Amino acid sequence: MTELFYHEQVYRPEEDTFLLSEAVMHEIKSTDRVIEIGTGSGFISSGIRERSEQVIATDINPYACTTAKKNGVEVVRTDLFSGICGTFDLVIFNPPYLPTKAEERIDDWLEYALDGGEDGRTTIQKFAEQLGSVLSKTGRCLILISSLTGTDEVRKIFSDLGFLSFIVAEKKVEDERLYVLRVIRDLCRL
Amino acid sequence: MKMSTYEILCCPVCKGDLELKVVEKTVLESGEEDVIEGTLRCQKCGVDYPISGGIPNLLPQNK
Repeated sequence: MTELFYHEQVYRPEEDTFLLSEAVMHEIKSTDRVIEIGTGSGFISSGIRERSEQVIATDINPYACTTAKKNGVEVVRTDLFSGICGTFDLVIFNPPYLPTKAEERIDDWLEYALDGGEDGRTTIQKFAEQLGSVLSKTGRCLILISSLTGTDEVRKIFSDLGFLSFIVAEKKVEDERLYVLRVIRDLCRL
Repeated sequence: MKMSTYEILCCPVCKGDLELKVVEKTVLESGEEDVIEGTLRCQKCGVDYPISGGIPNLLPQNK
């Protein structure tokens, strides 16, 4: 793989990025219209450009947008899906998932990439509520979470919104366990 | 911003269509046009969203 650009205000690829990236490689089909939310440095999107005909990415962090763009990713600066109105066959998201107390919060783009709110699920909840508007009928979403985020609680968020979820990859890293959830519409409930 | 990306963008506030104004563009190897500088205007909200360095900024703008 070619060397990528990084920036001090952008999350650098870590174990979570690599686990999600591997899961994406197993999942992706060449005909998929793909969107990655919160692309950061663009590691995952950049890696799948040759694998799919259409890959676009979003991030709210301006430094992430310019870094991902330098890494060859087609990027839009927006909050989750808010400026996006198309539908996609594959949605990828490595969210801010660490439980973060108000007093731990610092106003910094790098911190923002990790801060999942008090229970670690604030951004995931918001993402899940919007997912239905962009996921094609038979589309799939791959989302990375951690044991610190609460696997059952995250699966319940999706289940309550009419999605099915499965754990398709996992890895123990220090004091947490990382999971990739594959989320699809529960077509029986439509 | 590729023209194929423009087709799937909308106003982040009202979800309405955006009108593209191109200031600078280039043509990709694939033959597709790529907008470097310009604006995306939501007529309904009366707001211009900038495209700068090839990146559209679709965050709500402070008027």
